[in-house]
Amino acid sequence: MRISVDVAVVGGGAAGMAAAKAAAEAGAKTLLLEREERLGGVLDQCIHPGFGLHRYREELTGPEFSYRLLSELARTSAEVLSGTTVLSVQPGPELLCANQKGLLRVQAKALVWAGGARERPFGPLLIPGTRPAGIFTAGLAQKLVNIHGLLPGRRALILGSGDIGLIMARRLHLEGVEVVGVAEIRPFPGGLLRNVAQCLEDFGIPLFLRHTVAQVHGRKRLSGVTLVEVDERGQLLPGTEKFFSVDTLVLSVGLIPELRPVEHFLVWDHSRRWPWVNSFWQTAAPWLFLAGNSLTVFDLVDTVARVGEEAGRNAARYALGDLPPVSTLPLRGGENVAVLVPQACIPGEPVSLFLRVPKPMDQAVIRVGGVYEKNHKYLRPAEMVEIKLPAEATTALAGKNEALVEVCPQ
Amino acid sequence: MRVAVIGAGVVGALIARELSRYEAEVLLFDREPEPGFGVTKANSAIVHAGFHDEPGTMRARFCVAGNALYPEICAELSVPFRRVGALVLAFTPEEERTLSVLLDQGEANGVPGLMLLSGAEALAREPRVNPEVRRALWAPTVGITEPWALAQAAAENAAQNGAQLRLGEEVLGIVVRRGKVEALRTEKGVHPVSAVVNAAGLYADRVAMMAGVPFPPIRPRRGQYILLDKTAEGLVSSVLFPTPNPLSKGILVLPTVDGGILLGPTAEDLPPEEKEAAETTREGLFQVLAGARKLVPELPLTETLKTFAGLRPEPEGGDFVVGESSVRGFYQAAGMRSPGLTAAPAVARSLAEAIATDLGLARKSRFNPVRPPIPRVEELTEEEWDRLIKEDPRWGRIVCFCNQVTEAQVVEAIRRGARTLDGVKFRTRAGFGRCQGSFCTARILAILSRELGRGPEEISLRGRGSELVWGKVRP
Repeated sequence: MRISVDVAVVGGGAAGMAAAKAAAEAGAKTLLLEREERLGGVLDQCIHPGFGLHRYREELTGPEFSYRLLSELARTSAEVLSGTTVLSVQPGPELLCANQKGLLRVQAKALVWAGGARERPFGPLLIPGTRPAGIFTAGLAQKLVNIHGLLPGRRALILGSGDIGLIMARRLHLEGVEVVGVAEIRPFPGGLLRNVAQCLEDFGIPLFLRHTVAQVHGRKRLSGVTLVEVDERGQLLPGTEKFFSVDTLVLSVGLIPELRPVEHFLVWDHSRRWPWVNSFWQTAAPWLFLAGNSLTVFDLVDTVARVGEEAGRNAARYALGDLPPVSTLPLRGGENVAVLVPQACIPGEPVSLFLRVPKPMDQAVIRVGGVYEKNHKYLRPAEMVEIKLPAEATTALAGKNEALVEVCPQ
Repeated sequence: MRVAVIGAGVVGALIARELSRYEAEVLLFDREPEPGFGVTKANSAIVHAGFHDEPGTMRARFCVAGNALYPEICAELSVPFRRVGALVLAFTPEEERTLSVLLDQGEANGVPGLMLLSGAEALAREPRVNPEVRRALWAPTVGITEPWALAQAAAENAAQNGAQLRLGEEVLGIVVRRGKVEALRTEKGVHPVSAVVNAAGLYADRVAMMAGVPFPPIRPRRGQYILLDKTAEGLVSSVLFPTPNPLSKGILVLPTVDGGILLGPTAEDLPPEEKEAAETTREGLFQVLAGARKLVPELPLTETLKTFAGLRPEPEGGDFVVGESSVRGFYQAAGMRSPGLTAAPAVARSLAEAIATDLGLARKSRFNPVRPPIPRVEELTEEEWDRLIKEDPRWGRIVCFCNQVTEAQVVEAIRRGARTLDGVKFRTRAGFGRCQGSFCTARILAILSRELGRGPEEISLRGRGSELVWGKVRP
C-alpha cells in the first residue's frame, strides 16, 4: 500500500504528538506513525506526577499529560497509524513501514523524526560476573510494574541516579520491594535534586555517591552485587568493596537517542556525538526534522512538547514550500558545555538554545559570542538551561563565522 | 530398540539426529529446558580447519571430517554457516617457525587449501591487522556458525524423524547389569534402553561414573569474550588467530554470522567441580582486550554489546573420548573440547553408525534431513513479507525493534520448543540487539506466558531458578 502526505511524523510520544498536531494546524496533510498499539510513548508508564507545570500550569501524571496532548491532536486533521513500525527511510522522504495489514510505503515531503531514546543496557558497562536473571533497565522495570503489574523482585539495588532510577527506587519501595540503595559513580546525583529529595530522602533510601557495581553474583537469578568506591578519575578503589544481597539490579545509566533509520542522513558532531540541527530543528538533510529525546535527552516533557510543536510547524512550512533555505550561523559549544541544541541560529530571528553543563557549577556565567551574557547562581547537569537569545542578539552575530557558547566560573 | 542420548548440546543433538536415521526409538535427555544451553551456548562459534591438532589424534581426524560436513548439514538444517577463512598471524621469527609446523600438521591432517602468506599479503586481506605482522597462515576452510542454532535445529530435526526430546529431565543414574546397560533413571522415572550415549559435556565424567565407567575428572576451561555490535561490522572479514601456544589457540578477533565482532577467549583452567563458573572477571576482560589489540590495534570498543564467559570441557590427556566404553551399550562422545563444535557432525555420524552396527539397526526408509527455517523478515523480499502478513497479521507486528523480529517468529519459536527468554532469543535474535531486550522483554514474556499457558512468574531467562519476575504487584 502507498500513502502520500505532506508531513510524516515518526513516534507517537510527547514530541511526535505535538509535532503532528502543529503540522496539521499549519495546514499540512499529516500522518503520525507509532510502533506501539497506542500513542503516548514512555509517558504511559510514568504514572508519577510532576509533568505539565510549564505547558498546562498544573501538575499532571505522565498518562494525564499524554491524554491532554492526545486530545489536542484529535482536534486536528492529523491521521494516526499505530502498531506501525518504520523499517527504513529513503531520501524524498519515503518510508517503508510494517503493520498487521501489510507493508506500507509512505511518501512525504517532510519528516519529523521523534523516535525517542533507548536505555543504555548492562552489556556495554563491562561489569564482571555472572549473567543471571534479575538485571533490568529502569524503563523495563517501570514498564513491568506500571503497565504489566509485575514485580521484578524482592530486594533491589539501583545503579545510576538518573531520574528514572530515582523514580523507580521510590516506586519499588512503595510496592514493598526492599531498595537497599542507589549507587552513582559520579560525585553528584544524575537526576533532578527534587527527585533526590522526594524519591530517596523521603523514604530513607541511601544514595552512594562515587560508587559503582564491581561485580554481579548469582548463577540463575541475581544473588547479590558488590559495590566499590571510585576515586576522582573513576578508578575503582580496592578494599572498599561492599556486598549487597539483592535479587534485582535496576540500571539507570543513561539514555541514547534512537535515530537508526535516519542516522545516515545526519551530520554528527564527532566530539560530542549529537546530530546537527538549526533553530528550525532541521537537520543537514533539509526534509528531515528532529524532535524530542531522539535529538537530545531533555529534562522536561513540557520542553519536549514545545520543541515538537516547533519542529512540526517548520516541517509543515518546508513541505508547503514556505521554509526557504536561509543562511544560518553556527553555534559552537565551548568550555563546560556538555549538550547544546540547536547548533545554528538565523541572524535576526530570536532563538532558544538548550544547554547542559557536564558538572555542577555554582556562580557561573553563560556567554554567547559576545552578544549575550547571563549569570547563574547554580547550574546542574540534570537541569537543562534555556538561553533565550532575542532578535537583537542574533542580529549582532550576523557576518561572523560562528558564535561560541560557553559557561565560565565567575 | 531404544537408544538414549544424554546431553542435548550440539554433540548430543547431532547424535540424536544421526540415530534417528535408523529404526530405533531415540530419546534425547537434558536437564536444561532447551537444547544447547550448556557448553554449546558460549564459545567462539568457529568451524575449525584442523591444522591446530596433532596428527593421529581423534581431534585432528574428526575436525577435518566435521568441517567437510558443515556446508551440507547447515544447509539441511537451515543454520547459518559462512566459510570466511582464517589467518594465523605471526609477529616474531619464532612464531613464523610455528606457522610452518602448523602448515605441515594441517597438511598431514588433510586440511585443504592451506597457504603461507607474507605480511603484506595478510594486510591486503585484512587491512585492520597490526602492520607488524611478518607472515600468516591462510586457512580457507575455516567457517563461522551459530552453535546453539545448530543444536536446536538438530534436536528439532531428530524430533521430526521420531526422536523423543526429554528436555528438563535430568538423568540421575544408569542401570548396568552383567556389564551391559539396561536402563536410565531420571527425575521422572526409569527408561529401559539398549544403548546410552554420554554427550554430557562438562558433566560427562559424572555420567560415565553413573555407568561405572572410570573417567578422569573433566576440568572446565573458562573463556571470556567481548562482543561488539553490528555497527562494528567489517572490522575483520575472516577469523584472526594469533600463533597458538601449547595451552590454547589464543585470543582471536572474528566476525559473527550476524555481523558482530567477537573478541576472545581467555583460557583459564578451573578445578573440576567449578562446572558452572561461567563468569567474567576484570582481569579476564583486560586480557581479552590486550590479546585482541595485538592482532587488531584499533578496536571500536564504543560498540561493545556485551561480555560473557563460557566453559569448555577439558579432558585429561586432551583428546576426545569417542566410542563404546568398557560397559556394553555405553557409548561416549566426551571430552569434546575445542574443536568439539567442528568435530560434532563427524563424531555423531561415526558413533551412530557404530551403534547401528552393534545393535543391528536398519536404516529408515523415510528419513527427512530437512528442517525448515523460521523465516527472518529482513531476508524476505517485500512481496514475500507482505504475503505472510496477509496470511497472518502477527507477521506485521514487530516485537524486537533492534533486529526486526515479529510476533509470528516468536510464536513459531515457541511452537518449536522455546520455553525461555533465551530460547526465543537464540532462535529468533529477539533481544540480541543493541537495546538488549529493554524494549522487547516485557512483550516476549507476555507472549511466552500466553502461548505456554503459564503465569508470567513461571517464565524464566534460561530455566528453573532464573525466573524473570517475582509475581504480581498486588495479588
